[in-house]
Amino acid sequence: MAQTAVIGDEHAHDEHELHEPKGFVRKYIWSQDHKVIAIQYTITAIAVGLIALVLSWLMRMQIGFPSSLEFIDQEKYLQYVTMHGMIMVIYLLTALFLGGFGNYLIPLMIGARDMVFPYVNMLSYWTYLLSVLVLVASFFVPGGPTGAGWTLYPPQAILPGTPGYEWGIILMLVSLVIFVAAFTMGGLNYVTTVLQARTRGMTMMRLPLTVWGIFVSTILGLLAFPALFVAGVMMLFDRLLVTSFFMPSIVSMGQPLDYAGGSPLLFQHLFWFFGHPEVYIVALPAFGIISDLISTHARKNIFGYRMMVWAILAIGALSFVVWAHHMYVSGMNPYFGFFFATTTLIIAVPTAIKVYNWVLTLWQGNIHLSVPMLFSLAFILTFVAGGMSGLFLGNVVVDVPLSDTYFVVAHFHMVMGVAPVLAVFGGMYHWYPKVTGRLLNERMGKIHFWFTFLGTYAIYFPMHYLGFVGVPRRYYDFSGIGFIPDSAFTLNAFITVAALIVGVAQGIFLFNLVWSAFKGKPAGGNPWRATTLEWQTPQTPPVHGNWGPRLPIVYRWAYDYSVPGMEQDFLPQNYPPAREAAKAARGAPVVTETTP
Amino acid sequence: MTAAIVLAVLVVGSVLFSLLSPWWFTPLASNWGTIDTTLNITFIITGAVFAAVSLFMAYAVYRYRHRKGVSASYEPESKRLEFWLTVVTSVGIAAMLAPGLVVWDEYIRVPSNASVVEVVGQQWNWTFRLPGNDGVLGTVDARRISSENPFGLNPDDPKGQDDVLVSSNELRLPVGRPVKVVLRSVDVLHDFMVPHIRAKMDLVPGMVTYFWFTPEKTGTYDIVCAELCGAGHSMMRGTLTLVEDAEYQPWLREQPTFAQSQTGDGPGRRSALAQNSGDSGAGTRGPEPGGSGH
Repeated sequence: MAQTAVIGDEHAHDEHELHEPKGFVRKYIWSQDHKVIAIQYTITAIAVGLIALVLSWLMRMQIGFPSSLEFIDQEKYLQYVTMHGMIMVIYLLTALFLGGFGNYLIPLMIGARDMVFPYVNMLSYWTYLLSVLVLVASFFVPGGPTGAGWTLYPPQAILPGTPGYEWGIILMLVSLVIFVAAFTMGGLNYVTTVLQARTRGMTMMRLPLTVWGIFVSTILGLLAFPALFVAGVMMLFDRLLVTSFFMPSIVSMGQPLDYAGGSPLLFQHLFWFFGHPEVYIVALPAFGIISDLISTHARKNIFGYRMMVWAILAIGALSFVVWAHHMYVSGMNPYFGFFFATTTLIIAVPTAIKVYNWVLTLWQGNIHLSVPMLFSLAFILTFVAGGMSGLFLGNVVVDVPLSDTYFVVAHFHMVMGVAPVLAVFGGMYHWYPKVTGRLLNERMGKIHFWFTFLGTYAIYFPMHYLGFVGVPRRYYDFSGIGFIPDSAFTLNAFITVAALIVGVAQGIFLFNLVWSAFKGKPAGGNPWRATTLEWQTPQTPPVHGNWGPRLPIVYRWAYDYSVPGMEQDFLPQNYPPAREAAKAARGAPVVTETTP
Repeated sequence: MTAAIVLAVLVVGSVLFSLLSPWWFTPLASNWGTIDTTLNITFIITGAVFAAVSLFMAYAVYRYRHRKGVSASYEPESKRLEFWLTVVTSVGIAAMLAPGLVVWDEYIRVPSNASVVEVVGQQWNWTFRLPGNDGVLGTVDARRISSENPFGLNPDDPKGQDDVLVSSNELRLPVGRPVKVVLRSVDVLHDFMVPHIRAKMDLVPGMVTYFWFTPEKTGTYDIVCAELCGAGHSMMRGTLTLVEDAEYQPWLREQPTFAQSQTGDGPGRRSALAQNSGDSGAGTRGPEPGGSGH
């Protein structure tokens, strides 16, 4: 291991010489530095997320105040629904957690100088950007983007009658295929880096839970995204070459088509074989981030660290055998229902353990209600609410009346939309000072927090009850349906108003991001007095190569907060035990300086 | 402090909302009260856990908020506590899963005395087919579908001749007798949903799916499509009318059989199903961009 460190050093020197003189373009555009790539990923994801936010406003306007915006017809409405969902799940959340947080934090938290394949890492970002551009291009082609729903179910995705069946669906599928390529390049990097580039003393069971979450999430992605890739390529063939992977004999709008013998259910299996792990691809990094934020801001070790790691691994493994719970009423063999309901409810056990351990970490803590802590508390409440409604949908027969209703929309928005986004915000308020050297403004942060937390809860908690009534999802027009009472229309109007307010409140956050970069309070190296390695860098923001001449050496786990008998309430992971400290005092090599 | 209070208020508010809000299950019109029972069990267990965990968190935030001179305790893990929490959680999960699986077993086993009705979905309307006097539906093939034969029945199959074709969006069923609903789609995925029945299932082109229920309360109920099927998805509506048998038989006699629809002398109207068909005799084609579309 010592040798690794030495090699790392030489490598870093080489890179300094190669890298530094190349000027702005090499430093900030064609950069191979994981921190710059992380910021590129983050900015791109936020930009495309803003498109999705505006789309959600437009669709909510149609639902809450039907026909108030005349340009929204039923085709446009479905296009907004589709693009909002796809952008949020893939191009925002997946990219932000893994490309953004993963890139920035993995090398810093494990004590590495960079990802192990910096060039591939750079390619990953540019390939991701290409996939985003192809996606956005679909807004400008004849017929517009696809309106097939983010699940893109054939046959309708590629048949007349669905908006964007001409060009939109082709660009969507091409974009997804490119995205999978981008993800694979990044993902191989994250996994290899965690396995190979940990600094001396950083055993797997000393990794911060953020790294565990991102690491396992990336493994899930590497195993799950190929299913999406294959499904995408097959559907492209069905669309362009009139193959029949997913297409049986069909009479579309009175016209018999040339297809025969394919299976629409095959696509659904492939899609959800990817789609369900995808839920955990965005949830596991959120779990990790929340664990670290809670521990740091409650000044207390995470409760049950080993159980937390095993829970992440168990959830990751189980997430591959629950996919068909999205298909209980799809017409698949009904006996699958027994199996998938059982596996799905079993996955609730490790998930519940994580929740217990978060709240038990708060117990007997020293809770600082900083903005990251507030977002963490909001995450837990939202995640528990959304997780509970998942137990309805996972339990096959209970799912039957609720599937394809607003109960589903409410559930997945809480559990994999709002909760992960709250974790993203918590993480950004937490790590922004490391990225920029300045704290985000706290007053603006709190305003942003209260609007976002209470607003999203007001949107999605009551929405579950529309599902109980039986209000179907993806509907342009609810008028004339006898079982939907007038009060449901009032509720929809209320939800729309809440959604508009929450959306506008995100402007405060964006402003804060820009304003604080110049005017924010200088943060110093370790403003939260945290233990993990990224806070122990010699410079803030960390320079290229991260660690100066010597890599840090790790002596302890990531959660030594409020250790009895110690003067300060946190011991950084590279803080040597007494014996080592004495050696250091005699002039032996020292670890990187820490600022208590 | 504020945060703890807000969290607690949110939890209490959520519970009150559940008790007081006007939005709850639509009144049941079928035998599937057992689905409601499992749903209620799930609702009570999950509601209690949500309230307990969230209130515990709110209390912890209040009780252990930062105060000068007080530091956190140091307790990496407690095997006993983690063990018991796992056991209790597993028991709660089992209490929801077990009744769910029992009812699912009922859901997928069609009673032997069930009558059969076929639902055919097509962008964007519903039609229905009943097996006629022989009690058996005739064979169909998507490639036979045309404006003359909108259901795609095989004209050489004697079992299909007496099949009753309901070419409007309205289906009637008599109460008190279990019905096996077999579902078929001509073009894309659809889903036959009547919230009052609780049961539902997708229609998938290229295969036949099913579910069953027993109509119990007479009345008129909306059929909606619950699986996205293109631009007209929200307009794909129909009506399910549950009536006493005495009212059912006269309605049934009004509907034409397949044989009658082929000769054109039946009591019913010609189907409106194929009104969009254009020149369907002009041969097959793939979904080329710029094709005739809708």
